[in-house]
Amino acid sequence: MSDATSFAVGTTSSRPLSAARRRPLTRGTRWPLLLLFLPPALLLFTIFVVLPMGEAAWYSFYNWNGYGLPALSDWVGFSNYELVFKNSVFRQALINNALIIVISVLIQVPLAMWLATLASSKVKGAVTFRLIFFLPYVLADVAAGMIWRFVYDGDFGLVGGIAHALNVDAVYPIADKNLAIYAILGVVVWKYFGFHMMLFIAGLQTIDKSLLEAAEIDGASPRQRFFRITLPLLGSTVRLSIFFAVVGSLQLFDMVMPLTGGGPFNATQTMVTFLYSFGVMRMKVGFGSAVGVVLFIICVTLAFSYKRVFMRND
Amino acid sequence: MNYFARRAWRQASAIAVSLVIATTAGSSAFAVDTIKWMHLESNADNLKVWQDIAAAYEKTHPDVKIEFQFLENEAFKAKLPTLLQSNDAPSMFYTWGGGVLLEQSKTGAIRDITAAMDADGGAWRNSIAPAAVDGLSIDGKVWAAPYQSGVVSFFYNKDMFKKAGVDGDAIKTWDDFTAAVKKLKDAGLTPIAVGGGDKWPVHFYWSYLAMRLAGKDGFEAAKAGKDNGFAADPFVKASQLLADLGKLQPFQKGWEGATWPDEQAAFADGRAAIMLAFQDTAVSQVHAATDGKGLAADNIGRFVFPTVAGGKGVITDDFGGLNGWVVTKNAPKETEDFLKFLTNVDNERAQAKVIGIIPTTKGAEDAVTNPSIALAAAQMAKATWHQNYLDQDLGPAVGRVVNDMSVAIVSGQVAPQDAVQQIQDAYTQGN
Repeated sequence: MSDATSFAVGTTSSRPLSAARRRPLTRGTRWPLLLLFLPPALLLFTIFVVLPMGEAAWYSFYNWNGYGLPALSDWVGFSNYELVFKNSVFRQALINNALIIVISVLIQVPLAMWLATLASSKVKGAVTFRLIFFLPYVLADVAAGMIWRFVYDGDFGLVGGIAHALNVDAVYPIADKNLAIYAILGVVVWKYFGFHMMLFIAGLQTIDKSLLEAAEIDGASPRQRFFRITLPLLGSTVRLSIFFAVVGSLQLFDMVMPLTGGGPFNATQTMVTFLYSFGVMRMKVGFGSAVGVVLFIICVTLAFSYKRVFMRND
Repeated sequence: MNYFARRAWRQASAIAVSLVIATTAGSSAFAVDTIKWMHLESNADNLKVWQDIAAAYEKTHPDVKIEFQFLENEAFKAKLPTLLQSNDAPSMFYTWGGGVLLEQSKTGAIRDITAAMDADGGAWRNSIAPAAVDGLSIDGKVWAAPYQSGVVSFFYNKDMFKKAGVDGDAIKTWDDFTAAVKKLKDAGLTPIAVGGGDKWPVHFYWSYLAMRLAGKDGFEAAKAGKDNGFAADPFVKASQLLADLGKLQPFQKGWEGATWPDEQAAFADGRAAIMLAFQDTAVSQVHAATDGKGLAADNIGRFVFPTVAGGKGVITDDFGGLNGWVVTKNAPKETEDFLKFLTNVDNERAQAKVIGIIPTTKGAEDAVTNPSIALAAAQMAKATWHQNYLDQDLGPAVGRVVNDMSVAIVSGQVAPQDAVQQIQDAYTQGN
């Protein structure tokens, strides 16, 4: 009896235990897991994304130099925003950013696609070229800026050397306010086309070869094959590539600073270099924050509307 | 936890504890205080002088370690505000005084060194020229330890002047100067080297012209906001003269994008004849030259910024810097003591000899051996008025506008009248 009871007790006590052990794996799973895994991500996102954004928005209403905390007496309402939009350099920066976007989309992306079609074909050495074209993208932006500052130098740089060899007067592309922005655009295209090329190569590899072969057998010209088969099938990659180009153009900063610093005569300011030169360097953090908020709104609006309109089905 | 893991853990925690002690308390016998010294000196020979001084101090103070941190001039100005508020703030850093120092002093990020200056019956304070201490004081508080002062003047290449038939010693008025520029130009030479990309080298021209025209009283009136402030007539006229100079196209090719090192190199390589620059130009141009040699010392002439006809300023009004070392809020307590050591007569002498500073410590003047720097020192000794660099004196925001406008005026981007109005607007808006 005592044996039986002890056995019975043993079994009854073991049953709820195993049930309890099994339960979290089935019904009550979600909440404990969420509680375990969400906070790190949420915390990081809050600390590094949401809070700084909120802070910038808050600072932008103060005439504040960046030390300590803004005092109530520094409150200036919307006057920082007013100053931003009245500033002719900011308007120049907006124009420059627009120009960079246009060049990125109209020259860089098609160039990248053309090179991708070449580099993804089974020609000997294609892989090597892929690597070479991708190299500028691997280079740090600041390093690229400094290298190109030397290239563009009319005294001792490559441009100066070429002019000397041709026995003509040297040009100083980054010292000329009309040329400087194009000099920067050249570097932008040089620096980032490799990245877009890689996107396209990846996209091309997903295209079913039999489609192209069938078209070839049916007598389609290479042109027709590209525009009727390759391009439509690459659609989602093109849209993604343009998206990256646009967002990247808006954030352009670390290559411009060593190259021209936004000069000469503010001809090459982008929105971010403007923020830095007129906000941070002048210790006008409130004003700089207002620029940051404007930049943020432009970025978010562009990104979301682009995704809504063009990338709906991707 | 096995034995090794336990030992490793114990060691790690011991290191951690000692680190905490070293960085916070500083009272423990084993603790070492690190003075982080932020400077802008890129010349290894000059830096060596400071390293030797630091090593000498470390020897007598085993509990202090001095660490050097370098930033390039423009990068330093841009990075400092952020750096000062971070945990990585240097213990002491370079300053030009003026409005920038004033802004910093209001923030609580830096420490006033008045008490250290006045300790022992004001031993430290009395060792330094009073004008220098005053120059870095705000409302009776000393905010930086002065170590050098300077004056901006013209330097010229004697060979090139001879070639163009210009006598540098005869340039006394602005008209003489522009005539010389024209002659150099006619001789097929590049008259002036300037770093337009950095902007502040151009602000020397605007500042000096404004000083020569407005005079000390005019400047003080402008700062007080009287008679249209910086938009008053003398400033418009100064801007007009600068614009006229720009129309002569006197600068080296590509000056719009050139930096300060580019400017120095153009002068040191003999590619341009004139440079408006710091007192130590004759020394520093050597290191800036493309061939590392630069111009021969006897090939460099010097003349004071000329007067302008009808101007209220006089030739003995000086424009130039006064530099010192600022102590930050959380710097080790030994920092002031080290600065006192750094600015003592012997160390100032050593700096004067090698770096070519004009020392602010009394009795160290005799170590200025370079004739060109000695001329600058003699000029400063006779100064009727010493105006600090405007891009420092007027504060970071207004100062940058002065720099922007100086370049805009000389390149013809902005009309003189509009330019001074923009400076005045920035000034009334404040920093």
